[in-house]
Amino acid sequence: MDQQTIDKLLSLCQLSLQPDDREKLLRDLSSIVELVDFMQSIDTDGVKPLAHPLEVNQRFRPDEPDTSFEQERYQAIAPQTRDGLYLVPRVVE
Amino acid sequence: MTEWEAVIGLEVHVQLATRSKIFSRAATSFGEYPNSNANAVDIALPGVLPVLNEEPIRMAIKFGLAIDAEIASSCRFDRKNYFYPDLPKGYQISQLDQPIVGRGALPIFLSDGSIREIGITRAHLEEDAGKSIHTAYDGFTGIDLNRAGTPLLEIVSEPELYSAAEAAAYFRELHGLVTTLEICDGNLNEGSMRCDANISIRPKGVETLGERTEIKNVNSFRFVEKALEYEIDRQIAVLDAGGEVVLETRLYDSERDETRSMRSKESSDDYRYFPDPDLLPVDITDEMIESVRVTVPELPTAKRNRYVLELGLTDYEEGRLIEDLNAARYFDAVAERGIDVKLAANWILGDVAAALNRDEISFANVPIAPDELGTLIQRIQDETITGKIAKSVFETLWAEGGSVDGTIENQGLRQLNDTSELENVVSQIISDHPGQVGQFRDGKEKILGFFVGQVMKATNGQANPKQVNEILRRELSVLPPTP
Amino acid sequence: MNPYANMAQLRSGLDNGDFSAEELVHFYLGRINAAADLNCFITVDSDRALAAAKSADKAIADKRTGPLTGIPIAHKDLFCTEGLLTSCASRMLHNFVAPYDATVVDRLRKAGAITLGKTNMDEFAMGSSNETSFYGPVKNPWNQACVPGGSSGGSAAAVAAGLAAACTGSDTGGSIRQPASFCGVTGLKPTYGRVSRYGMIAFASSLDQGGPIACTASDAGTLLNAMEGHDPNDSTSAIAEATDIDSSRRPLKIGIPSQYWNDLDSSMAKVLEAARHTLESLGHDCVPVELPHTEAAIAVYYVIAGAEASTNLSRYDGVRYGHRTTSPENLDDLYQFSRTEGFGSEVKRRILTGTYALSVGYYDAYYLKAQQIRRLIRQDFLDAFMEVDVLLTPVSPSTAFEREALIEDPVGMYQQDIYTTPASLAGLPALSLPCGMREQMPVGMQLIGPHFGESSILSLGCQYQNETDWHALHPAYEHD
Repeated sequence: MDQQTIDKLLSLCQLSLQPDDREKLLRDLSSIVELVDFMQSIDTDGVKPLAHPLEVNQRFRPDEPDTSFEQERYQAIAPQTRDGLYLVPRVVE
Repeated sequence: MTEWEAVIGLEVHVQLATRSKIFSRAATSFGEYPNSNANAVDIALPGVLPVLNEEPIRMAIKFGLAIDAEIASSCRFDRKNYFYPDLPKGYQISQLDQPIVGRGALPIFLSDGSIREIGITRAHLEEDAGKSIHTAYDGFTGIDLNRAGTPLLEIVSEPELYSAAEAAAYFRELHGLVTTLEICDGNLNEGSMRCDANISIRPKGVETLGERTEIKNVNSFRFVEKALEYEIDRQIAVLDAGGEVVLETRLYDSERDETRSMRSKESSDDYRYFPDPDLLPVDITDEMIESVRVTVPELPTAKRNRYVLELGLTDYEEGRLIEDLNAARYFDAVAERGIDVKLAANWILGDVAAALNRDEISFANVPIAPDELGTLIQRIQDETITGKIAKSVFETLWAEGGSVDGTIENQGLRQLNDTSELENVVSQIISDHPGQVGQFRDGKEKILGFFVGQVMKATNGQANPKQVNEILRRELSVLPPTP
Repeated sequence: MNPYANMAQLRSGLDNGDFSAEELVHFYLGRINAAADLNCFITVDSDRALAAAKSADKAIADKRTGPLTGIPIAHKDLFCTEGLLTSCASRMLHNFVAPYDATVVDRLRKAGAITLGKTNMDEFAMGSSNETSFYGPVKNPWNQACVPGGSSGGSAAAVAAGLAAACTGSDTGGSIRQPASFCGVTGLKPTYGRVSRYGMIAFASSLDQGGPIACTASDAGTLLNAMEGHDPNDSTSAIAEATDIDSSRRPLKIGIPSQYWNDLDSSMAKVLEAARHTLESLGHDCVPVELPHTEAAIAVYYVIAGAEASTNLSRYDGVRYGHRTTSPENLDDLYQFSRTEGFGSEVKRRILTGTYALSVGYYDAYYLKAQQIRRLIRQDFLDAFMEVDVLLTPVSPSTAFEREALIEDPVGMYQQDIYTTPASLAGLPALSLPCGMREQMPVGMQLIGPHFGESSILSLGCQYQNETDWHALHPAYEHD
C-alpha cells in the first residue's frame, strides 16, 4: 500500500482527499491490509469460493410489467431535474 | 507491397423483446416520457434489490439452441463497476466468466454463393444502461433511465470475419436469426441491435493477430460495412507508412464516413468484476431447456434451403422473404394452400408489398388474410378469373375486405370461357374493323394484339385470353377474301 | 406506566384497557424527548405515531388485534420508511425522504406495531461503537461516557432506556448482537435469508440481515414472527418454516467452542461460566467443540463486507437523490465532491479497502481467498452442528468501552467483532442476551444455532430468562 495505490483507489471510487488526511489514510489502510493479510496463513488449496451462506439457486419472476409506480415521487427527491430528465453537468463525449 | 488481411470479431448487443426489464418489473416500452418507465430498482434507490425475470433466460436459451451452442447448466451474474450518469447503481449487472450460452456457430452466406460457419464464442445476459441526452440544455446533460435495465444478450463472435462485407453479412444473418426466433424486434433504428467491432490487420498468410482497435456502437448493416472499410484502409495506411496501430476505442461518424479515436475514459480500465451478492446462481435445468426447444421455429438456413431447393424460388425472392419474418410467415401461409408458389411469391413480393408500401403497413398486418390471397391465386390457376381481373379483385379486397369468391360472384367477374360466346364476340369485332383485318392479312402479325384488346374491352376483361387468341387466329385466317 | 415493560406485559395492559395505545405512545414520546441527550433517535414521527395509536385503539376496542397491535417500536434508520427521513446516519442521505417502505417496515405495520421514529446508528451501519453517525454518537444509558455498541446502537440504547418497547436493527458482522450486549438487552440476528432485505439500505449484501432488539427473547420471537418470511422482492430471501419458540423444550447439547473461550478476559469468563452453569442446571448438556478457522473470521469479514460495500455505495453519486455538492463544474466534480462530502471517514476507509480487494492484481489474494476461507468457516459450523444443537459463546471480548477509546484505531475497533463475524459469514442465526454484569456494565452471551434454527436458540433464551433476572435489570439512568 502506497500513495500511488491510494490515488488509483480514490479515482476508482470517485473520492478525493484533503492533503492532511493522506498520511493518516495510508497508515489506516496499511494496518487494515496487515490485518486481512492474516488470511494468507490459511491453506485454501482446492477450496471452492463461497459467495452466499445459503447455497440455493435463483428463483425467477414471471415477465409481467408493473407500472404502478409514480415517477413524480422519485423526481421530487432528486437534486436537479428538467422535463423528467435528471440533470448532470454537461458530459463531453 | 505487403498484401494485408483484415481480421474482425463482432460483439453484438441484442435487446431482448421482453415485456418487463431483466431485474425490475418496469415495462420495456420505448418512446415514453423521460424516466416514466424507470422504477425504484431502475433508478437504484437505496435498499432496492434485483429480481430476475425468467423470459430473458428463456430467450438466451432459445438463441443458444439455434446456434447449436452449449447451454450452461449453471450461470452467474456479476457486477461490472464504473461510474457514469446513465448507470444508476454505479455498476452494470452482467456475466463475466459464467455466461449462459457457450460456444456455437452461425453460417453466413458469402457473395460468391458459398457458406461459411462463423464461430460464436459466447453469449451472455446483461442489463442495458439509460440514455444521456447531451443536446437539450446548455451546460447540462439530461439522463433518461427508461432504457436502463432492458435485457441485452451480448453475442461475441470469434475473430473469423475477414472483410467488411463478411462482417456485415454476419450482422445481417444474426439479425435474421434473432428476429426469426422472436427474441428481438430487430429494429435497428431504435438501437435494438448494436454492434461493436474489433478489427486488426495482418500480412496475408501470417497466423498471429495484429494490434486491434474497437469501433463502438455501429447500428446498421451499411454502417458496419462502411465503418470497417474505412478502418481497414486506415490501419493499412498506418502500417504501410511504417507506423503502428494503437489499441484504442474509435467511434464511427456516419456523416463524415470516418472513424475517430474516442477520448479515453480515465480509470475505467479496472471494472472490478465480482459475483453480484444480491443474486444467486442460476440453475438451468434440462426441463427448462426442453421446454424452450419446442418453441424454436424453422431457422433462416433451413428456411432458405426450403425456399430455394424445394420451392424453386429465386435468390432474390428468398432473400426478400428471409429478411422479413412476417413476409416469410405470410408467404408460408399462402403457399400452404397447395397453389403455384412462384405465382404466390410474385404476388406477395409484387402487389402485396407495393400496396403495403403505399399504405405504410408492415407484413404483420396485411389486410387480406393469407387464405384469401391463396384463393385468389387459386382462381387464376383454375381460370375462374383472368390475371387482370385478379388485380381488381385484390384492390377490392384490400380496400373493402370480403371474400375472393364473393367478390367474383357479386361483380360478375368470372372469366368468359364459353367458346361459342367468344366466337360471337370475335366475329363482331372482325366485321367492325376491316382495315385492321387487312393489315393482318398483309402479314402484320402484331395487329393481333389490337384484336385481343378489343375483345377484352367488349367482355370487361373477363374473356379467357388463351381462348381469345386461338379463336382470333383461326377466324382471321379462314376469312373470305375481301371483296 | 412501566417504561421497561416487555411486549407481553404491554399486550395485556392494552387488551385489558389498563392504558390506551395513545397513552402509551404519548408516554414513550415523552421519554424520547426527555432522553434527547442519549441521542438514540434521528427522527421522531410523533404525528403519525399518534394517528396510528388512535387506529390501534379502535382495533383493540373492536377486538381485531394481532400480537403487535398498538405496540410502539422504532426502526433503525436504514430501513426505508415512506414519507420519513431515512438517512442511514449519513450526510449522504441527510435529505432522503424514502418514497417507499422496506418489507420489514411494511410487515411490522401490518402486524399492528406503531412506528415512533428512526434510531441512530453508525453511518451506513459501518462501525461497532455508534460513533460514526453524521448525527453524533449515541450514549450508553448504563454509563454515558461509554458507547452503546454498533452499528444498531440507537436501537439497543433506546430499548435499554425504555424509549420504545422494541426496535428493529440490522446485523452484518455483529451490529445487532454487540450493541444488545453492551446495553443489556436481547437482540437476534436471524439466519441469512430469513428476513427480507428489501428496503433495508445495503451495506454488505451477502451478510446483512434485519432483526429485532427487545427486552426479552420471547419479545424478539414475537417480532421475528412478524418480520420473517419469503419476499419476492429479495432474491436472497428464503422459503422456510416460520419460527416457533414454543416448539422445542427438549434437553439440548450445547457446544462450547474453545476458540471463543480460551482467550477471554477472566472477568468476562467468570460471567459466561456462570451462564453456562445456569444452562446446565436447566438440564442441558455442555460439551467442548472446535471451530478451527475462527481466528480468520475478522480478516475474511472485512474483505468481503468491504468489497460488497464498495460497490453497494456507488449509487450515491449526487444524481438522483441524496447529497449533491453545490455548483459542480463537471461530472467528475459532481461525483468526487458529492461523495467526499457525503461520506464520513469510516465509510470512505471501507469503500477504499473493498475496492482494493476487488481490483486487478488483488482479487485472487483478497476477495477470492476470503470467499474460500468463508467456506471453511461455514464448514466448521456445519461440522459442529453434527455434534451439538446450539453453541454458547461470548458476544464481545469486553463490555461497553469508553467513547473515543478506539475511534482513531480502526483495526482495534474491527477486532471487537471477533465473536460475532463468524456466524455472520456462515449465515447462522445468533441470539445475544444479557447474562451478567461486570463493573456495573452488562455482559452478553451469544447462542448460535444452525441455519433456520431460530426456534431452538430463542426457546433456550426464554428458558434462561425464566431462570435469571439479568434481562430485567435497567440502567440507573433516569431523565424524568
